[in-house]
Amino acid sequence: MNQMQNFTKGFFKENPILVLVLGTCPTLATTSSALNGMGMGIATTFVLIGSNVVIALLSNLIPDKVRIPAFIVVIASFVTIVDLIMQAYVPSLYEALGIFIPLIVVNCIILGRAEAYASKNSVWSSFVDGAGMGLGFTMALGILGAVREIIGSGSIFGYKFIQGDGVLVFILAPGAFIVLGYMIALINRIRRT
Amino acid sequence: MAKTESTLKNMVLSLTLIALGASASLGFVYELTKGPIELSILNKKLEAIKQVVPEFNNNPDEEMFRLATGEGDSLDIYPAKRDGVITGYAVNTYTKSGFSGYIGLMAGFNPDGSIINITVLSQKETPGLGTKMADSEFKDQFNGKNPSDFQLKVKKDGGPVDAITAATISSRAFCDAVQRAYNTLQKGGSK
Repeated sequence: MNQMQNFTKGFFKENPILVLVLGTCPTLATTSSALNGMGMGIATTFVLIGSNVVIALLSNLIPDKVRIPAFIVVIASFVTIVDLIMQAYVPSLYEALGIFIPLIVVNCIILGRAEAYASKNSVWSSFVDGAGMGLGFTMALGILGAVREIIGSGSIFGYKFIQGDGVLVFILAPGAFIVLGYMIALINRIRRT
Repeated sequence: MAKTESTLKNMVLSLTLIALGASASLGFVYELTKGPIELSILNKKLEAIKQVVPEFNNNPDEEMFRLATGEGDSLDIYPAKRDGVITGYAVNTYTKSGFSGYIGLMAGFNPDGSIINITVLSQKETPGLGTKMADSEFKDQFNGKNPSDFQLKVKKDGGPVDAITAATISSRAFCDAVQRAYNTLQKGGSK
């Protein structure tokens, strides 16, 4: 597999949300608007790239039996770094995402890529894998957030184009399940042909 | 480089090294962001105070004082002064009866007790429903009203406040927080 395929697999063929269905908890909770979804995606991408690179660097040093605790320490450090930086420089986004920033630690995409990819591949490949997976995740969250925002509150990126209320259920948790379900169905249909 | 074997010595050593590296980098980032975080919190507070009281030329943050609510805790009061004369009070108030618990408000009062303006500091209400409490459509109905003759109750409870559609609990909580600020301020003022 060349690096280009390695990068693009995160968007479509192995999209973490739409195909692997990993990390659905933050996906469902933070996508009430397009901006929140993308903010969450970008924060996750940063953690994913950082942890993938460090774990690929250290993979020979870490004995197999303690690899999971070692990975978690690395991931948790990156999450805390993102948490502090967001709190300092983008406080409004930090408030909107709330508890879900620290919860990136337990996002299965990150530990999943560390275990399945970064611990077995070179630093550069792991970087590309992390970037592809992270941006694929961001894309899925952005689309999910945009659809929910358009239908649910009649606005996009905070810009209101319909006066009055939208279909409120799409802003609430059930709307996330409905939209995500249709997105997965659509991707499955395209993949089959 | 060969894979490190899983002997006890190796495991302890590698985990210790990783933990050391992690804490060192965290300490570094913490020191780096400490200033900006404090600054952004302070700015947010000052911004909120500016929105709810008339123009002032003192430093409300430095002259902040606390008044007991009578419920075992206290509220932060920021007096706004213009050339030494008090023009209003910004009260950092709260309620715990929101749909998702805690809601923090900054409420501005004239010295006579009437409401100038209110702004929402923090809330976790339902997006698209309870979050509308921050919109002027809802919160501006309080402006200029004096809670002594303007009951802070939603219409459902027999009061004059127009509740947010499908978010009566959030609207009630909002009233509760404003009422708490008013009561505390009145009690403190009469002392």
